[in-house]
Amino acid sequence: MNTILKIDEISLSFASNGADVSVLNRYSLTLQAGETVCILGPSGCGKSSLLRVIAGFETINAGAIYLNDTLLSSATLTVAPEHRRVGFMFQDYALFPHLNVAQNIGFGLKKLSAEAREQQVQALLKLVDLEPYAKRFPHELSGGQQQRAALARALAPKPDILLLDEPFSNLDADTRERLIVELRTILKQTGVATLMVTHSHSEAVALGDRIERMG
Amino acid sequence: MTLTPSRNSWLATGFWPTALACLIAVCVLAPIASLLVSAVSANNTQWAHLSRYVIPDAALTTLVLLLGVGVVVVMLGTGAAWLVTAFQFPGRKILVWALLLPLAVPTYVVAYSYLDLLHPIGPLQSLIREVLGYSSPREFRLPDTRSMFGAILILGSVLYPYVYLSARHMFLTQPANLIEAARGLGHGPFSLFFRVALPMARPAIVVGTTLALLETLNDVGASEFLGLQTLTVAIYTTWLTRSDLAGAAHIALTMLVLVLGLIAVERYARRRQRFINTDQSRPMQPRPLRRWPGLAASLFCLLPVLAGFVIPVAHLSWQAFLRLSQTGAISSILQQAALNTILISLAVTTCTVLSGLMLAWAARSWGSRRGTTLGQRLARTATIGYALPGTVLAIGLLVPFALLDSGLNQTRQWLSLGSPGLWLLGTMTGLVLACTLRLLAVASGSIEAGFARIPIALDQLARSLGQSPLGVMLRVDLPLLRPALFAAALMVFVETMKELPITLLLRPLNIETLATWLYSEAARGTYEEGAIAALIIVLVSVLPVILLTRTQSTLKKSQLKN
Repeated sequence: MNTILKIDEISLSFASNGADVSVLNRYSLTLQAGETVCILGPSGCGKSSLLRVIAGFETINAGAIYLNDTLLSSATLTVAPEHRRVGFMFQDYALFPHLNVAQNIGFGLKKLSAEAREQQVQALLKLVDLEPYAKRFPHELSGGQQQRAALARALAPKPDILLLDEPFSNLDADTRERLIVELRTILKQTGVATLMVTHSHSEAVALGDRIERMG
Repeated sequence: MTLTPSRNSWLATGFWPTALACLIAVCVLAPIASLLVSAVSANNTQWAHLSRYVIPDAALTTLVLLLGVGVVVVMLGTGAAWLVTAFQFPGRKILVWALLLPLAVPTYVVAYSYLDLLHPIGPLQSLIREVLGYSSPREFRLPDTRSMFGAILILGSVLYPYVYLSARHMFLTQPANLIEAARGLGHGPFSLFFRVALPMARPAIVVGTTLALLETLNDVGASEFLGLQTLTVAIYTTWLTRSDLAGAAHIALTMLVLVLGLIAVERYARRRQRFINTDQSRPMQPRPLRRWPGLAASLFCLLPVLAGFVIPVAHLSWQAFLRLSQTGAISSILQQAALNTILISLAVTTCTVLSGLMLAWAARSWGSRRGTTLGQRLARTATIGYALPGTVLAIGLLVPFALLDSGLNQTRQWLSLGSPGLWLLGTMTGLVLACTLRLLAVASGSIEAGFARIPIALDQLARSLGQSPLGVMLRVDLPLLRPALFAAALMVFVETMKELPITLLLRPLNIETLATWLYSEAARGTYEEGAIAALIIVLVSVLPVILLTRTQSTLKKSQLKN
């Protein structure tokens, strides 16, 4: 198997009220192609910050992050999020409120022709089973539908890895059980390498090929 | 795969918006610096005269006016806000929004209207004499409107909505159970107001009063029509009739000290404020009043609406109607003034909204990087223009404009590019720039509030889906900001339309706007087409007030829903 993501002893700290608060301290992790890794830890242990660092929203203080052997982040260099080929799904999904489901999914496909984009969006709608809801706006969707729309949007540009931040925290228990199975199917179908953070042991067990503990 | 890395420096994020924010901040600070320099470099004998005879009297007049207006706006604004929030009485539903209408009447318009209306041989006094059987003004006349007392009442009647608005917002967002708890502890309606509601609303009342007083300092027309030698009026006579820039700068600095004092008092009065702003809280339910107290409450709320809007606007409409039925058309001068006003307002609106957008963007791109507040600090600095009275800003800009003009001309000469001219001083460009600096706070405040409602996660997500920072702005932020941008544009447009002090000082020769034309008509004592100009200003100014009442009612609805 070939390594797709390599995180090498990274450190991250924030200045807060004049004091430096360390969030990540010499943290390392590797992810293989096609693998789903769950990071399990209590809230506040820095697992969300890890995802934000990989996506390029935060700048690290030490260490390095490589994606397909290309340097993404170091203490002196940060590749902008738009140049990373990393898909991200926020805890609250962050769907664009002014765009409908199809437009949300097509948002990251700006380089395609209109026709190819339309085809791609249709394929994704089918994948996440949202075809009848293409013209709905985010506030007209249930929590589970919003989650699947956000997933399709993150998968649309065919990212090298997918980052999921607590994907089930905004859902009720019944929906959660059903969607864990669905998510697993979709991830295996697309074969995308996935890094997911969660505080729930059962979610980690149900979804992960491998579980990493943190904090 | 090719990657475009960027250095981890402050240049990486939001460089251009921040650079622009710096430029705007410099533009705002330039007039203050120039005032200091002009005042310090003055070594003429006129300064002795000014400091002895002009400034103390004018400062005292201004202080008394501020104090009087302060008392009137606090009483009217807080009283009306409490009555419509806490009680149910006849006409309450209409009064809730009607109390905002005087916001649409600029101070110089209301003064102009009352001067005409209350003139010894004007309609009101003639009517009273007729009723009482007197035949000439020598036998009976009301106290002169042109007095400190008249000025305080007239300014107070149009400026109280600032207090009403902020106090009512505070009363509405406070949880009802606080009031109910006080009631349960045996407080009657009066002690409830003075011991619970008033202390609770103190920070809001202070904010509203400060705005009303800044507006009083900004006013030039009303004080002059009403015969008050305020600092603002003193600046005009010193600069426009005596051409003494150093003297004008001195008086402007005195005003600046007053403004700073006012802001210091505001900060002090808002110290240790505690807002209880829980979204879950139930708003206060108005209690029905019995017949006579109910009528008294209606009257208390009706009087400021009548004095600040209905009476002056009715009089203006009647005068405008008389004029129109007499001549059948409006003169070409007035048409030209209206056109100029629209053009200037459009230009200022475009500049202000664009700069406000840049400032808010700078604050946002910096704000997302923890520990850095430079962008936010710049945005704050760039918006102090609103606290500067228009007169002070305009006098402060004279020297920087003149310097830039001569610099530009020297460069042109050096490059042999045609004859020298004026680029900023006494030009449309200069006027638009000055108005933009003053109104920037209005736009950037509204846009920043709009930005605050867009989660930063949306921006970051758009980045990870391949958008550049500019792409995020165009495809995500701008569409979501549309309502905030519209509100900002409307407010700036109307403010520019009403603008008088800056336009009077910086406009090109022979260019009249509706406001300056009304001003010169009033100064000449010819009330011919002034009423039409005033009426146009008021009618357009009502638009943002309607927008305001709509946001007020949505606020209330969202409160009730919870």
